[in-house]
Amino acid sequence: MLIAVLVKQVPDSDEVKMDEEKGTMVRSGVGAIINPLDLHAIECAIDLREKFGGKVRVFSMGPPQAEEALREAVALGVDEVFLLTDPCFAAADTWATAKTLAAAIAKTGPYDLILAGEKATDGETGQVGPEVAVMLGLPFSTYVSQLDIEKDSAVVRRTVEDGVEIQRLPLPCLLTVLRDLNEPSMPTLAGKKKARRFDVVKWDHEKVGLNPEEVGLSGSPTRVVKIFYPKVTREGAFYKGKDLDKGIEHLLKELHSMGVLDGGKDNAEK
Amino acid sequence: MQRSNRSGEILVIGEIREGTLHSATVELTAKARELADRLGTKVTTLLMYDRVDMNVEDLAWWGADVVLCVVGEPFRYFNQEVYTNVISYLIKGRNPQIVLAPATTSGRTYMPAVAAKVHTGLTADCTGLDIDADTGLLLQTRPAIGGNIMATIQTPNHLPQMATVRPRTFPVPKPNRGRKARVEHPDLPGEVFTSSIEVLGKEHQEGMDVNIQDLDVVVSGGKGLKKAENFNLLRELASLLGGGVGASRAAVDNKWISYPHQVGLSGKVVSPKVYFAVGISGSVQHLAGMQTADFVVAINKDPEAPIFRVADIALCGDLFDIVPRIIEKIKEQRGKE
Ligand SMILES: Cc1cc2nc3c(=O)[nH]c(=O)nc-3n(C[C@H](O)[C@H](O)[C@H](O)COP(=O)(O)OP(=O)(O)OC[C@H]3O[C@@H](n4cnc5c(N)ncnc54)[C@H](O)[C@@H]3O)c2cc1C
Ligand SMILES: Cc1cc2nc3c(=O)[nH]c(=O)nc-3n(C[C@H](O)[C@H](O)[C@H](O)COP(=O)(O)OP(=O)(O)OC[C@H]3O[C@@H](n4cnc5c(N)ncnc54)[C@H](O)[C@@H]3O)c2cc1C
Repeated sequence: MLIAVLVKQVPDSDEVKMDEEKGTMVRSGVGAIINPLDLHAIECAIDLREKFGGKVRVFSMGPPQAEEALREAVALGVDEVFLLTDPCFAAADTWATAKTLAAAIAKTGPYDLILAGEKATDGETGQVGPEVAVMLGLPFSTYVSQLDIEKDSAVVRRTVEDGVEIQRLPLPCLLTVLRDLNEPSMPTLAGKKKARRFDVVKWDHEKVGLNPEEVGLSGSPTRVVKIFYPKVTREGAFYKGKDLDKGIEHLLKELHSMGVLDGGKDNAEK
Repeated sequence: MQRSNRSGEILVIGEIREGTLHSATVELTAKARELADRLGTKVTTLLMYDRVDMNVEDLAWWGADVVLCVVGEPFRYFNQEVYTNVISYLIKGRNPQIVLAPATTSGRTYMPAVAAKVHTGLTADCTGLDIDADTGLLLQTRPAIGGNIMATIQTPNHLPQMATVRPRTFPVPKPNRGRKARVEHPDLPGEVFTSSIEVLGKEHQEGMDVNIQDLDVVVSGGKGLKKAENFNLLRELASLLGGGVGASRAAVDNKWISYPHQVGLSGKVVSPKVYFAVGISGSVQHLAGMQTADFVVAINKDPEAPIFRVADIALCGDLFDIVPRIIEKIKEQRGKE
């Protein structure tokens, strides 16, 4: 099987601290990691390669520093890595990101399977996977928590709000995955060694085969027109020790005025 | 699709799951009405289903001018390919200027596919929608980076302007029962219903019968709960208030409760009227899932716990003392009524 995995580098959310005065996120000095869900996609791809043979290729679009994420993927055991990097790719929305990734995949394929994370921890749209699939003309599924490859098809369980939907998709297809799919492995010592010397393939817009107008900000239908920080602190009333009774009174009053004290009544009696 | 039509309708994609209309359909229809009145255009709500437990024309009460019904066996279960085909086909014929869908697992699946197909932008998971008074463009506001920043996004040169909207973002107004809508059954070519994806079935799992995203009250427990049985305390409080139980990742990782209950960055985002955080410290990742609640009650024994900074009421003390006292007080109050 030839498998492509889409990997995004994101800020390490474990290190994210808040500037309490401004209510903003402190980004400086924050490390960058592989988007956590993408580790599950990598693990799944490597498992399938072990079972069926073949190759795993990882694609990332990002600034030159994203090379680190790709070396990490090598340490985890993938075979080849492609960094799509070019100043004209900057500030891409999901449409332009998907366009760029799809072009690189089309150029290096055909693949039997393409895997992506369900969403990235920074942009959090979850749109890149489905958009890449449509641009490649492939069927796709999302929220995949279990995958079985049977002959020429993928049988997936997708975890949705009220249950699990089971779908069969023909190969090739694109799947976006959840963390229930597997337990990602740690990089091996040999892997880390290999990663240090590994040749990361870097492609600019010409290599990818797109015009600068089709990518990055100029290729993006959406525009961010304003960024602001939500109020994170509330004017909370604090109760402790002997005051707790007062606090509970206060709480009941609020619950009453919000209508949930009565709203819950029928439900509780059912 | 390049911009061509600034007078087009607002198309709302409804959601019907196994015969039941999702409340987000009503919510989005009402919001679309408000936006359409400012733009001087009409609202069309699209429903795709095999069966439905309501009179679809009633969507007029919340502002639909047209209810488009696409009915058939392919909609027994969700199939992203059929949804994508039907919606893309209708967009090409009707030229809406705005398309809105709920940011449910379904909406977040077919909307990006539709946007890619018709070549336009899509703003994810919006919590605010407005019209720019000068340009008439849709202003789409959404949280990103774990709820730590808000971005307002426009789609200036492409049509339609598309957004998924987080359920329970907008209030649902009282129905205007005198209002009427036209119910239409559009003619669609057979091929939009064909799919390479075969839906083999659906399983309902423990804890998944109630979706905490649909509730007015969510009572969440964390590491401070100490063991699975103690969640019964939260269940009792939740059921008294007509709500459900959520959890931090620490509680889910300890297998005290199942993953569908997890609130946060890698779990669900909830916006209830009241959110209780019980024995939860308030990590950035947890806050990402509950910051948009209207009212937050935090119960924690650590006066420095970060959760207190986002709480409207902070109760500092042992949860095993405080929660039973709240339950008792609620029961007492009930007795009086
Ligand atoms: C505050 C803010 C809000 C934004 N809102 C929107 C919006 O509403 N709509 C919009 O179109 N754009 C938006 N963007 C732009 C968007 O974040 C970027 O296009 C981003 O590169 C991809 O989106 P994502 O992070 O949401 O990825 P997701 O779609 O959440 O990522 C899902 C998966 O796709 C793959 N993937 C994503 N990006 C890459 C990549 N660069 N390389 C390789 N694989 C990748 C990974 O497998 C990942 O797990 C926003 C940007 C900011 C800063
Ligand atoms: C990529 C990533 C994604 C993540 N996604 C999520 C997510 O979606 N959701 C999430 O919740 N977390 C998530 N996390 C984990 C998060 O960082 C925290 O580890 C987690 O939220 C901690 O859970 P907690 O508050 O229950 O536990 P703790 O931080 O251990 O807090 C327990 C609290 O209980 C209090 N307590 C203990 N005993 C009592 C008592 N008897 N009475 C009153 N109070 C008591 C303590 O004072 C403490 O404040 C994520 C982390 C990463 C890196």
